[in-house]
Amino acid sequence: MNVGLNEYLILSVVVFAIGFFGVLLRKNTLVIYMCLELMLIASTIALVAFSRYNASIAGNVFVFFILTVAAAEVAVGLAIIVALFRRRQTVQVDELNALKS
Amino acid sequence: MAPDSLFYFFAALTVLSALAVVFNRNAVAAALCFFISLCSTGVLFVLLDAYLLAFMLVLVYAGAVVALFLFIIMLLDMQGGNRRPFKLASVVSSAIAGALLLVGVGTFVSHAKFNAPLPALTEGTFSTDLKIYGAKLFTSYLLPVEIVGFLLLIAMLGVIVLSKRFEGLEDVK
Repeated sequence: MNVGLNEYLILSVVVFAIGFFGVLLRKNTLVIYMCLELMLIASTIALVAFSRYNASIAGNVFVFFILTVAAAEVAVGLAIIVALFRRRQTVQVDELNALKS
Repeated sequence: MAPDSLFYFFAALTVLSALAVVFNRNAVAAALCFFISLCSTGVLFVLLDAYLLAFMLVLVYAGAVVALFLFIIMLLDMQGGNRRPFKLASVVSSAIAGALLLVGVGTFVSHAKFNAPLPALTEGTFSTDLKIYGAKLFTSYLLPVEIVGFLLLIAMLGVIVLSKRFEGLEDVK
């Protein structure tokens, strides 16, 4: 069977679902963040595959922007996690329950 | 055909290392599996003729982002004894939610039947050289480039403010 757009899209859906599963399952904030990045990567696989199979560069340019924004997002997110750890001494989400009265 | 077997090998590697990220208790091992997943995604980008993006993915993600993750894991010292086993209820409910997403989007994708052949690389619309990226980025996508540059500046300022130590703030208990 030749590899076509379908295979790439199914791979992208599978990786996205694994990332979603990880976000729901894990309790460690840093691992949740890695799973969020996995979901982002899955969406970029779909965009690059669409771009190649439609012979249009637009999808590739959008992935370029996604990579830039993801880099900024990781920097800000990890700074938030470090600030959180400094105040609460934990990064486990089930111990961060200040809003649950 | 060689690229087909390459696709299946690296797709399997991406999926397996993504699963390893989710199921690994050790945060450092999870970060290293994330690294493997990113590198094999880079190979898939090469198979899709997106050489610049493959290079940027390995450089920015595998280089900078994973290094930052490992640095923060080291800084917060999370290798201690507070690793709890997963609760069965949370495993089952997360698996159901993930499977719903997988089946929902997966049926949509597999019923859409995108079986167009791979178009040839044509000069001007899609080619592997850097010239077309530069031309697109600085003509059609000039405004997004400016916005992303501004976003990076704001992110830098935000990180500087976040890493400051504020005195006299009451902690929520």
